[in-house]
Amino acid sequence: MADAVRPEIGEATVAVLEAQGVKVEFPAAQTCCGQPAYNAGYRSEARAVAAHFLNVFDATSGPVVTPSGSCAAMVHHGFADLFGNDPVQLRRAQAVAARTRELSQFLVHDLKVTNVGARFNGRITYHPSCHQLRGLGEGTAPLALLAQVAGAELVPLAGAEECCGFGGLFSVKLPQVSGEMVARKTANIDASGAAVCVTCDPGCLMNIAGRLQREQKAARCVHLAEVLAGSVQA
Amino acid sequence: MTLNARIELALHNPHLQRALDANYTRSLEKRDLAMGALPNSALVRDRARAIRLEALRNLDQYLVQLEAQVTARGGVVHWAANAQDAGEIVARIAKAARARLVAKSKSMVSEEIHLNKRLQADGFEVVETDLGEYILQLRGDVPSHIVAPAIHLTRADVAKTFEEKLGLPAGVTPEQLATDIPLLTSMARKALRTVFVGAGVGISGVNFAVAETGALCLVSNEGNGRLVTSLPRVHIALMGIERVVPTMADLEVLLRVLSRSATGQNITCYTSLVCGPRRAQEPDGPEELHLVLVDNGRAAMLGGELAEALLCIRCGACLNVCPVYREIGGHAYGSVYPGPIGALVTPALGGMREFGELAQASSLCGACQEVCPVRIDIPTMLIKTRSLHLAATGGAPVWNAGIKMWSWAMRAPWMYRLGLRVAAWGAALLATAGPLRLPGPLAGWTDHREFPGIASSSFRARWAARQRAAAAAARAAAKSGERWEF
Ligand code: SF4
Repeated sequence: MADAVRPEIGEATVAVLEAQGVKVEFPAAQTCCGQPAYNAGYRSEARAVAAHFLNVFDATSGPVVTPSGSCAAMVHHGFADLFGNDPVQLRRAQAVAARTRELSQFLVHDLKVTNVGARFNGRITYHPSCHQLRGLGEGTAPLALLAQVAGAELVPLAGAEECCGFGGLFSVKLPQVSGEMVARKTANIDASGAAVCVTCDPGCLMNIAGRLQREQKAARCVHLAEVLAGSVQA
Repeated sequence: MTLNARIELALHNPHLQRALDANYTRSLEKRDLAMGALPNSALVRDRARAIRLEALRNLDQYLVQLEAQVTARGGVVHWAANAQDAGEIVARIAKAARARLVAKSKSMVSEEIHLNKRLQADGFEVVETDLGEYILQLRGDVPSHIVAPAIHLTRADVAKTFEEKLGLPAGVTPEQLATDIPLLTSMARKALRTVFVGAGVGISGVNFAVAETGALCLVSNEGNGRLVTSLPRVHIALMGIERVVPTMADLEVLLRVLSRSATGQNITCYTSLVCGPRRAQEPDGPEELHLVLVDNGRAAMLGGELAEALLCIRCGACLNVCPVYREIGGHAYGSVYPGPIGALVTPALGGMREFGELAQASSLCGACQEVCPVRIDIPTMLIKTRSLHLAATGGAPVWNAGIKMWSWAMRAPWMYRLGLRVAAWGAALLATAGPLRLPGPLAGWTDHREFPGIASSSFRARWAARQRAAAAAARAAAKSGERWEF
């Protein structure tokens, strides 16, 4: 999704990693982890895409870093479910999963950095995506990084842990419900007084940003990588 | 009515929306406080899950043990394979008891098997005595929550119903009644007392049945459960076969998480253990105790993909925390069991073809699993239910085709790149006539928010350009004799 809709997220991710001295590769054959089909119940279609993912990343070495908590959660949990009856694929999936990190996890837990030298002059709030928070169990790393952004005032978001209503195809299958959910989210962002709402998932970002825009709110929704790379300013 | 039509109805009911919002905030706060104060709550939940797993693993043994214990204490055990059997068994017992009036305390299983209708068809008068259920019965309504059945109603609704059905008490204005909760409660108490005294049969549910002792455990906050199980001459207890627990010690663990998760109480006001009918030396209690074990699809769930849903102890926490339930309420599900657990249990028991669609009513946010006292992996099973529903119905052609094409494109990078290009053109084209509105099955997106469009150059294109530039720079540098690492 970052690839097609908001390539700036990919660029910012690379910039943040390279600033830490990481050598970044982007396997050109990669596409998607298969989550949209998996979540919709299309198991064989999802399995085929997941197998392609494994082929691509099995041929790499070193950590696999993604700017999406949701994709990381899919690799960690969804693959185990999809390949549960296929010991060969399951072993490959587990090996790739063991190397797969969401960006903030990689920075904080693997590189052990929280201060990446970023600056943002203004108020920031944080929306933990459901798959980051509950899928990966990663509630703290993004906040640790944001706390170190110079000039930024990190303010709490009411109902932060409530789903923004994205849910992949849920947003178009039950659009009315999804619309109500994202409206709650943008109301809370508005009330927080933050100039930007930061998240670690391009899906939530597209959803929240789209709603903020529809409501002509001043606040924007941006990706953690963009703040850390200094590519967004108040 | 379709799921979408029911959802529209709920979303456009401001009254309901207020009630749902109030429930969301209140119930979560209470639950979090109570669970937070429970020492080692994570371990207690692990233990609770292990107990439920053990009960299901050896369900056959525990049920046989339960039957033996209940029988030894003078009770009669009946096995009902399905809803119809269960209804007939209850009707038969009630007829033999020569009862006309039947008093009921809360039982979701009785809702599941549509017991009231069945008994009414046989000429019995059936009265719900749980306050919430009583209100619903007066209104001809059905429960919208498994713990708080009338959660969709406000105090004003209740006052109006009582005014219409029970009559305004002397000297009280409708406005006064609407704000006077003690008065409303006393009206219900007065009406229900005659039912407790006059009923020939009392019907209750069972929260847990203990195999070791044959004790039937009922928890409630109103005391009606005690009256229903002790005043009428015959007590019939209905339970789903999965609600058995091995020992009294196990029961204690489950009770600790049940009330905290359900209502945020450390313990409910009444925790009753029914151990057989009245004994010779006892002054009160029913003369007969019947336990009806209802299968109705549960045994078939065991060993299937949705078996884990049978761990459920019906605390309702997953309903309270669900952001979708919060928007649409229980009736929108159109099933006896609503919310995340309802979206699993209803198709599993009632038919995948008809009810599998309920699994769509989730954003897979995982809040239900996080709050579930027995840690049921509801999101993964919702995904499985979507698969089973697709298998049962064949799926919607537009989605089948879309996902298939998408899956092909995602396996061939050149197709993926082409797809991106086409999508970018398409989006640009759609945007020429003003703000971008997505077509067909994607229209729901732009009904509620903007779509950012597809970037004219994707990340991968930018990356490739960067690699080319870097390679060119490296070549130039090599020529000039310099060496540097990129
Ligand atoms: S699934 Fe879990 S949270 Fe939901 S009602 Fe059952 S026990 Fe409670």
